[in-house]
Amino acid sequence: MSRTNAARPEAPREISIMGKGGRMPGLRAFLLCLHAMVVKEFLQLLRDRVTLALIVMIPLMELVLFGYAINMNPRHLPLAVLSADNSPAGRAFVQALANTRYFDIRRLVRSEEEAETLIRSGKAQFILQIPPGFTRDVYRGLRPKLLLLADATDPVATGSAVSAVSQLAIRTLGHELAGPGRHLLAGEPPFQVVVHQRYNPAQETAINVVPGIVGIILTMTLLIFTAMAVTREVERGTMEYLLATPLTPVEIMLGKIAPYIIVGFVQMVIVLTAGHVLFGVPVVGSLALLVALTMLFIVTNLALGYTISTLARTQLQAMQMAFFIMLPSILMSGFVFPFAGMPGWARFLGEFLPLTHYLRIIRGILLKGASWADVRAEALALAVIMLTVMIVAVHRFRRTLD
Amino acid sequence: MNDIPAEGAACPAPCAKPVLDVRRLRKSFGARKAVRGVDIAVCPGEIFGFLGPNGSGKTTTMRMLCGLLTPDGGEGHALGHDIIRESRHIRLHVGYMTQHFSLYADLTVRENLLFAARVHGLPRPARKVEQTIHELGLGAYADELAGHLSGGWKQRLALAASTLHDPHLLLLDEPTSGVDPAARRRFWDDIHALARRGMTVLVSTHYMDEAERCHRLAWFYEGRILACGGVDDIITGSGLVALEAAGEPETLTVLQRTVQAALPAAQCTWMGEKLHISVPKELRDRAECLCREYGAECATTRPRMEDVFIHLVRIQDHAAEKAEAAS
Repeated sequence: MSRTNAARPEAPREISIMGKGGRMPGLRAFLLCLHAMVVKEFLQLLRDRVTLALIVMIPLMELVLFGYAINMNPRHLPLAVLSADNSPAGRAFVQALANTRYFDIRRLVRSEEEAETLIRSGKAQFILQIPPGFTRDVYRGLRPKLLLLADATDPVATGSAVSAVSQLAIRTLGHELAGPGRHLLAGEPPFQVVVHQRYNPAQETAINVVPGIVGIILTMTLLIFTAMAVTREVERGTMEYLLATPLTPVEIMLGKIAPYIIVGFVQMVIVLTAGHVLFGVPVVGSLALLVALTMLFIVTNLALGYTISTLARTQLQAMQMAFFIMLPSILMSGFVFPFAGMPGWARFLGEFLPLTHYLRIIRGILLKGASWADVRAEALALAVIMLTVMIVAVHRFRRTLD
Repeated sequence: MNDIPAEGAACPAPCAKPVLDVRRLRKSFGARKAVRGVDIAVCPGEIFGFLGPNGSGKTTTMRMLCGLLTPDGGEGHALGHDIIRESRHIRLHVGYMTQHFSLYADLTVRENLLFAARVHGLPRPARKVEQTIHELGLGAYADELAGHLSGGWKQRLALAASTLHDPHLLLLDEPTSGVDPAARRRFWDDIHALARRGMTVLVSTHYMDEAERCHRLAWFYEGRILACGGVDDIITGSGLVALEAAGEPETLTVLQRTVQAALPAAQCTWMGEKLHISVPKELRDRAECLCREYGAECATTRPRMEDVFIHLVRIQDHAAEKAEAAS
């Protein structure tokens, strides 16, 4: 008889957690169950290294960007001087401008065309025009006019700089006019500064923001769509099926990207139409050029998303990696905060973001009527980013199953 | 049979021109050796089974055969092409059905099939799809989302998708896991119909009973092939015989312990109320003696596939231990 007992498993002893009714009553049971669940969640979280790394990196990145890179009161805005009068008073004023630290004197230009090109392509945000015979007219008490041409597409960027300039005229020439011209310092300022706000004279923020929105929306949706595209197939097990078909990696990639190109254009049309109708955003330049370069931008984003998708193992990771690119895109591209106002390292990093270049392109074309020649450099930068990313994507994809 | 070479059992094809012939196939993932030297040759129209537990190298081998993974070593031909250098050519004529349902759950049956047809570059894909839907009796489900189908129908759909282009070689990775018995039987009938049409089928499974439905099979264990051949060949080749002991449960319990203690090479397991004993041929008399001694009724029966498998695994593990001790 004893042998039979040995063959069967022993009846389980009463487990201590269980009460007589089968479950411990009250708070203690609740806490024990909660504890079990919390421990399990933590274990799963700790196991996902990528998520864990991003949990640490994203707040740090945000802190650094907001703390060091972003400047709501931007300084060192690029200014070009078109001087027809290389004389002491003109030079003194230019020096005074530099001393405000609102402006960086980037270059001296010789012709109006050159100045025009600089401001249209965004290489200069301000042009200072010193008229011929400026010093002479100051001494004669004619109160000559200096023309400050401001690219007002981004009112936030130019606003405080412009107001700083208006104050300058009163104080600048104190040193030069000491002596014989002393009487000029009394009363009215010795010369006038005329500020000419170009492109967005009413300083409507919407004019600047709407083109930016196009860039942001395209970045957000396309990056996330494609970032998920491959990971979803891997997670659902359909990637194995795809790879066993005669499809090549390039075919799979292009096939996945193509539908979203249309999605991108639909979004652009929606935002621009609404922007035009509701906020009166102008279309100064060539729409065909904009469409062509938007195509380039869309494909760049899709390739970037696709690369993320080959790096991430799960859809969750893909989402976070996409966020890791989107955050700096929003903050460092010049979308909300003026690009020129960021410190050098931040501007350098910003140049690697596709959105930075696209914003210059779309704002240039829509608001300033920029031509191909004006945006060629930006388009080239986008193309380089796109090619690099695509090569990485195709290269990474081939190795997914091995 | 008792000495399994380090590379595993040889698996010669019973025909002059095998469709698939690979030798010394190897693949590691990091430190883990998933496949450690596999030789397989399969004849046209044969249904060849890959049997073995999870992680024994069945899936990895299959993936190497259809070009999803690059082998670390080995050589061979499939459908007249080199498996390493010409995997793209092979893929055109291979149908592969993955372990988990891998069609698009958010597309309908028809849309899934159309996709498969187009990807394989079939002329007039729509017509082919309708024909397939009709043949498989999927008509009522053609516009259902694939994700809403039952397990059995999903398998039929996946099979349809992977055979749409009339592949010469069909690879099925555990196609029947999680499918009810009736659907499983129908699935196997489909596979046999395909094989009769000349399609060569490789199918992996861990169901022992499914092995009997294959013409030949290879038994995978830890990245090697332990045994290869038809089910009867394997059972005969293992040199095992089996007895069935009936009697009082107490008697049989004692008998089980005694047999296990006295004959380490024997396997003794409960089958309902009876005790199933399998031993190498030469130990048969001693086992019968023990049975009679304890007053149990003893009848000869057929060794089960399971018996053979455990027997071979023991030999393999023993050999591995010995090799380790020697080095």
